[in-house]
Amino acid sequence: MRRYFSVAGGLAWRLLHSLFTNPLLFLPPMLMPLFFFTAFAGGLSAISNVPGFDYAPGYTSFIFAFVLCQSAAFGGVFSGFSIAADFQFGFGRRLLLATPHRSALVVGYGVVALIRATITIAVVTLVGLIAGLNIGGSGLDVFGMYALAAIINVTGLLFAAGVALRFRSLQSTPLMQVPVFLFLFLAPVYVPRHLLGGWVHSVAPFNPATHVMETVRDLIAGTGTDYLATLGIIVALLTVVTVFMFRGLRQAEAAG
Amino acid sequence: MEAAALPISAPVRRRPSIWTQAPELARRSIKRTLRQPAAVIPATTFPLILLAINSVGLKSATSLPGFPTNSYVTFALAFAFIQAGVFAVIGTGQNLAEDNQGGFFNRLQLTPIHPAALVAGQLAGTLALGLFQAATYISVGLIAGAHIEAGFAGALVMVALVVCICLAFGSIGLAIGMRVDAPEKVQSLFPLIFVFLFMSSMSLPRNLIQTDWFRTIATYNPVSYMVEGLRSLLITGWDGEALALGFGCALGILAIGLFFASTGLKERMVRT
Repeated sequence: MRRYFSVAGGLAWRLLHSLFTNPLLFLPPMLMPLFFFTAFAGGLSAISNVPGFDYAPGYTSFIFAFVLCQSAAFGGVFSGFSIAADFQFGFGRRLLLATPHRSALVVGYGVVALIRATITIAVVTLVGLIAGLNIGGSGLDVFGMYALAAIINVTGLLFAAGVALRFRSLQSTPLMQVPVFLFLFLAPVYVPRHLLGGWVHSVAPFNPATHVMETVRDLIAGTGTDYLATLGIIVALLTVVTVFMFRGLRQAEAAG
Repeated sequence: MEAAALPISAPVRRRPSIWTQAPELARRSIKRTLRQPAAVIPATTFPLILLAINSVGLKSATSLPGFPTNSYVTFALAFAFIQAGVFAVIGTGQNLAEDNQGGFFNRLQLTPIHPAALVAGQLAGTLALGLFQAATYISVGLIAGAHIEAGFAGALVMVALVVCICLAFGSIGLAIGMRVDAPEKVQSLFPLIFVFLFMSSMSLPRNLIQTDWFRTIATYNPVSYMVEGLRSLLITGWDGEALALGFGCALGILAIGLFFASTGLKERMVRT
């Protein structure tokens, strides 16, 4: 077990070192959610005047839920880029040779994804509080909100890892980004679900991101919500992406 | 001694004119753009995906008092054109950075290339892609239920403005591409360019933006005027002021971009 965590820790340390010593790798993924937050919360605040918009904490808090999910999910996806890069340039193959338990590698990348998302979410929360984020929920609600973000982060990482391990090339990065982007944007991003129109209104109930985002909004507002249903949905999603990742890992091992 | 054997009056080959050089480089740039489906397809489809999502996600905004139209697709269509411009920055800059990396510029230093031909040639691919995107977005927009208030002539003016916008953004890419040697460095500028896009009147008209600081930024952001120029043709009809501001901003950015691109080119082409 000690060797297992030694591999994960060593890999995480290497990745964190290259991340923090190269601002071009670290800053853009952190800035993206901030841009979305300022653009949506600042530019679209008039949407809260639309008849039927009934989110008490305000539009900044409404958008914050989306940005939190985005920061968490993309924190995982960007670590998938690192996996793809390592395999493309041959380092991944050497890692596979040197590691008896290969899942330790994914744990290493996962630690980096979590640290990355934590920093981004901390910055976004700080900016949110300055910009007028109202949190009506209790301490337990806030803990639940960030715990949910952590699960989204792991889900994003496992999905991106599954793709990266299958293709083992940086050319697969759109395949990691686009589905996550679509999942997020096919949820009620700008307005509550009952104000959505057209085909997005029909699709949203079947999108796991809708339920996660709505739960985050309920936790921010402290209005109480059906946490168990959301937890069930996200655990099911987590199971699917875990299987997807392990199958990818088997393919990477088979490819040698 | 052997040198003396050379003919005394060897024919002096004149440097080809800019009109000969520019089309050759333009053809290379267009072919190169067409041969990169991985760059053309996302640049064309990504704005369409956002249009499809935003047009229903923000449809309720049309019920705000003072919203200029009851069709959000029509309102949002203008933004798709501007997004195409952002991809022009990345595409042009990346191609140029690849030229730097691959030694194309070093080889050009050995030829009597005219700097203006090089700049014009590099922008030809951007122009071709811009025309293709303009035609695609107008067609898809009309199918999705958008309407062009200014009619067919308005659509033609819109294509002209889109081309100017793509060239303006492309010239920024050119200026950046002249100064970097790795395509990844151009890619990393993507979020920065997105700031200009989002901090504009892209999602709501400026008079409906409630947050004061955001409205101020949007007012000083030239992207707002380019969006509003396109939007005027879609929603209002013929609005001379909006069009003048739209074309003015696009041509202004083009001039600034070309200035910085040409200074970058001079530095790049210094013979060592």
